[in-house]
Amino acid sequence: MMTNEELKTRITELIPGATFEEGGEWLNIHVEAGSWPDLAKQLHDNPEYRFDYLFCLTCVDWKTHLTMVYHLTSTEFRHTIVVKSKLDSGKPEIGTVSNVWKTAEFHEREVYEMFGVNFLNHPDLRLLILPDGWEGKNPMRKDFEDPVNMIKL
Amino acid sequence: MYRNTEIVYESSQNPSIGGAGEAGDLVINVGPQHPATHGVLHLVLTLNGETIKKVEPHLGYIHRSIEKMCESLTYRQFIYVTSRMDYLSAHINNQACALCVEKGMQIEVPERAKVIRTIMAELTRIASHELWWGAMAMDIGAFTPFFHAFREREAINDIMEETCGARLTMNYMVPGGVMMELHPDFQRKVKDFIKQFRDKVHEYDELVTGNIIFRNRMKDVGILSKEDAVSFGCTGPTARGSGVSCDIRKLYPYDAYDKVQFEEVLETGCDSLARYMVRIRELHQSISIVEQLIDNIPEGDFQAKTKAVLKLPKGEFYTSVETARGELGVYIVSEGGTTPYRIKFRSPGFSNLSALDTMARGSKLGDLVAMMGTLDLVIPDIDR
Repeated sequence: MMTNEELKTRITELIPGATFEEGGEWLNIHVEAGSWPDLAKQLHDNPEYRFDYLFCLTCVDWKTHLTMVYHLTSTEFRHTIVVKSKLDSGKPEIGTVSNVWKTAEFHEREVYEMFGVNFLNHPDLRLLILPDGWEGKNPMRKDFEDPVNMIKL
Repeated sequence: MYRNTEIVYESSQNPSIGGAGEAGDLVINVGPQHPATHGVLHLVLTLNGETIKKVEPHLGYIHRSIEKMCESLTYRQFIYVTSRMDYLSAHINNQACALCVEKGMQIEVPERAKVIRTIMAELTRIASHELWWGAMAMDIGAFTPFFHAFREREAINDIMEETCGARLTMNYMVPGGVMMELHPDFQRKVKDFIKQFRDKVHEYDELVTGNIIFRNRMKDVGILSKEDAVSFGCTGPTARGSGVSCDIRKLYPYDAYDKVQFEEVLETGCDSLARYMVRIRELHQSISIVEQLIDNIPEGDFQAKTKAVLKLPKGEFYTSVETARGELGVYIVSEGGTTPYRIKFRSPGFSNLSALDTMARGSKLGDLVAMMGTLDLVIPDIDR
């Protein structure tokens, strides 16, 4: 198991452009959306890290932008990192990682419909939870209002 | 199950189901209302004869947007909504949320509350596995076990009702501890239950586990390799049946799990029988945990003193617990206010279900029920 400091040093070598967020129990890494699929493959395959378990994939709407959040851990070494990527809220796009972690296929479909993030090269980007033919805004965005069903108090 | 599957259309006619099927493929719907899905889960199957070529889950029939609702509920209120997610692990859902709020606010939970929580969580796990066992046997054609399972489950529900006031959505765990003191009869009743369980549990093995018809239906059905289990994010008994060590109670002990002796149950069969055996063996582990703690509940407060209005500091907090179905993660993004800015429930059922397609391909239609049974799906947990 690598400590957060060790991971930080290694990952800086791997991606020189990465920035880190202080605080929190795990190492938080910010990466460019364009470099994420390649980095994901390296984090998964590299025998030193072996981040083989993507245990949480989600998105946060910060009104000015969206942030994709990936929680990764290694079932072998038990170290954990959080990778984040800032996306433009007008045209959010990021490459899929469903070819690296199979669980991402469903989770990305959920983020796609709830936040409107377009996952490039996703094998099957369709609605998952929302009904077929759903029109209108993405429900988990902060500006979403539902006049019929109560979702706010 | 064949009675309830309705032949709808050739796959190419409806683009919304997404099946670009070959000529001769048959596309049928299982669900949304189907007894074997234990809730409103809709599977679109592509079949070639009786062989499954593809399973496509269509979710959302009981999606209630719990994550969105939580954004306008305070840190005391949002916990009650989560009882409605995985309703068979209601206590454990509440526990996950309470732990996450406690982590954010650095609340020190009294020892008594920790032990009570652990006992409650394990009783919940037993009740959940009992229900699963009965329903699982019923799915593949044995009706009697259901009544045996409910006999024991009722005893647990009665215990819960006395202390928590509810039998299903308990809402007993709150940030800082538990909501109220245990019922005076609690310890006696739990001990009675342990005795009842020990007296009766051999019937489970006699009725089902050792039954050759049952074993033939389960053995080598629904193979999920270890690599796939990790890649699909499977957790809980589903992954442990494939030999993946993933028990949060062992890996990241919370509440009183570091004080009790228990074994992480692992099977290496990778098939439905292995997943079945994990849950059966977990019943014994859980009863042993309850037995170790029931006479050792420390004296003291059942709840830490907390402010009336809870505010989490700005930041992000993640905790996970082991529900009866696997790893439930609670991810809270806080802006420093009284309500979460964003909350995400990483539910075990959602990830476990995503592996169904891989497990089912190439199997016969009748075996799908055995696979779904051993995934132990609770639909509100998947849809949220």
